[in-house]
Amino acid sequence: MEQPEQEVVEQTVSTNLPRLETTVKAPVTEPGTTIFDVRNVSIWYGSFKAVTDVSLPIYENEVTAFIGSSGSGKSTVLRALNRMNDLVPGARVDGGMHYRGTDLYAKEVSPAAVRRRIGMVFQKPNPFPKSIYDNVAYGPRINGIRNKGRLDEIVERSLRSAALWDEVKNRLKQSGLALSGGQAQRLCIARTIAVEPDVVLMDEPASALDPIATLAIEDLIRELKRNYTIVIVTHNMQQATRVSDRTAFFSVLTDSKNDTRTGILVEHGPTQQIFEDPHDSRTQAYVTGRMG
Amino acid sequence: MTVASEQQTVDLREAGGWRRSKNRIATFVMWFAFVATLIPLVFVLYTVVAKGIAAISWSFLTSGPIPANVAPPGAAGGMGPALIGTLEITGFAALMAIPLGVLGAVYINEYGGKGWLARLIAFMADVMTGVPSIVMGLFIFTIWVLHFGYSGLAGSFALACLMLPIVIRSTYEMLLLVPNELREASYALGSTKARVVLTVVLPAAIGGIVSGALLAVARAAGETAPLLFTILTVEATNTNLFSGANTALSAQIFYNAQSPFVGAEQRAWGAALTLIVIAFVLMLAARLITARFTRYTR
Repeated sequence: MEQPEQEVVEQTVSTNLPRLETTVKAPVTEPGTTIFDVRNVSIWYGSFKAVTDVSLPIYENEVTAFIGSSGSGKSTVLRALNRMNDLVPGARVDGGMHYRGTDLYAKEVSPAAVRRRIGMVFQKPNPFPKSIYDNVAYGPRINGIRNKGRLDEIVERSLRSAALWDEVKNRLKQSGLALSGGQAQRLCIARTIAVEPDVVLMDEPASALDPIATLAIEDLIRELKRNYTIVIVTHNMQQATRVSDRTAFFSVLTDSKNDTRTGILVEHGPTQQIFEDPHDSRTQAYVTGRMG
Repeated sequence: MTVASEQQTVDLREAGGWRRSKNRIATFVMWFAFVATLIPLVFVLYTVVAKGIAAISWSFLTSGPIPANVAPPGAAGGMGPALIGTLEITGFAALMAIPLGVLGAVYINEYGGKGWLARLIAFMADVMTGVPSIVMGLFIFTIWVLHFGYSGLAGSFALACLMLPIVIRSTYEMLLLVPNELREASYALGSTKARVVLTVVLPAAIGGIVSGALLAVARAAGETAPLLFTILTVEATNTNLFSGANTALSAQIFYNAQSPFVGAEQRAWGAALTLIVIAFVLMLAARLITARFTRYTR
């Protein structure tokens, strides 16, 4: 008795909403190896609970997008995946966070070793004040590669993978800061993949860029998917539909009594399902632009 | 209906009255301050050059011993021993103070965080900046000279004590300017903290650190008071920093300028000019080094 009624309600809602144009490809039928297994994770900054009870799997050679409004904890969860949150005084992670079966927060785990396998690209392009060459060679060098020929090879391969080689091959000795925003972000991606990580985390990698540069980065993300597992935080829902295989939608839980806002994971699944057939009304409101 | 015809013209002329006057007054005060700053600067430089240039010659700069007070202008010998003394005493002081100061600042900014030790060191460094230089001289006199005698080394200790807080302060300010994004970028590539400091933070700040350090050196090179109690004075060159009394340009200015003889007075001016040139060269070097190291920052 209840089922058809609900359907009617949903239909009336959806007809009033603008239809979201998506270019989602067919969902990945069979997910690959689980790279991250996040189970009931809560993250605190001091006494402030930023995210509560997040559980989701992240699969190999896929692009997983985290979407949601500001303060929903997408970046916080992302930065917990390679222990960048350790750099924030007072940050604490509770729950199970496993990477290829290993507990990322076990006592004997070295954050530096974690980050060598799980790289990160930041919102604001942040090349070092060094030459383009030295920027890319930085990671290999701290990992002990000193051989000039070997470094040359890595720099060229990384810049090619980041679709930047042709633009900079004649000025590798120039400052990385002299590049445009889009180029600088591709340099940062080249720098990240130069250490041959397993996973690349991207925290709104295109939000500081113009549309053309954004498309270049998105092409690059689709290209990188072949060799890397990618997790991307984005405010841009079209971007999520364009680049990701799976999407996780985060929202804010407001407790008006204590005046606290905590991020929660509302739902996750194949991107097409999240955007075209969301199970949760909050997701539907968000992806159709009714909220946030 | 008739909106267009009722449209008022917009007044885009410069605001008159009190606002314009305030602007003029502020501009005038600025120019006045600029000129007022220049007056002592130019006057000091002009006086020292005009009075000192006559004394300067190759033998004045290189040969010794330092002539006695009563010797006439152009007497045999020169300020060679004092120049050598200044270079070795200040040089060794820099060798002690700069690494220590830079490492101290690295601790305060990168490792200490908001801990009590880092805050204590930063606070003490600030207090030390305000300690008069003569107090530093007395301090070294009581803890070193009384036990081991006068030497260039004692002078180096006193100058190092003066330079240390300046180096800590200037380095700390430079490290604060290094954007946190750069540290994060390095951590994200798997760097340990020491690596981040050595390969990202210090290189990004090196230009400012070097110029701050050279400013401290230039200041110390001109200090007189801390040397009076620590190196005494000699007329002949003493290349041994570690034993025996020594001399320095600043000390020679002090002794010679006190005496009533024309020759001594002229040699004091000559020494003063030499000291100013040394400071000038150090500043120039600071600029060049800063430019060299910051060629990648834009």
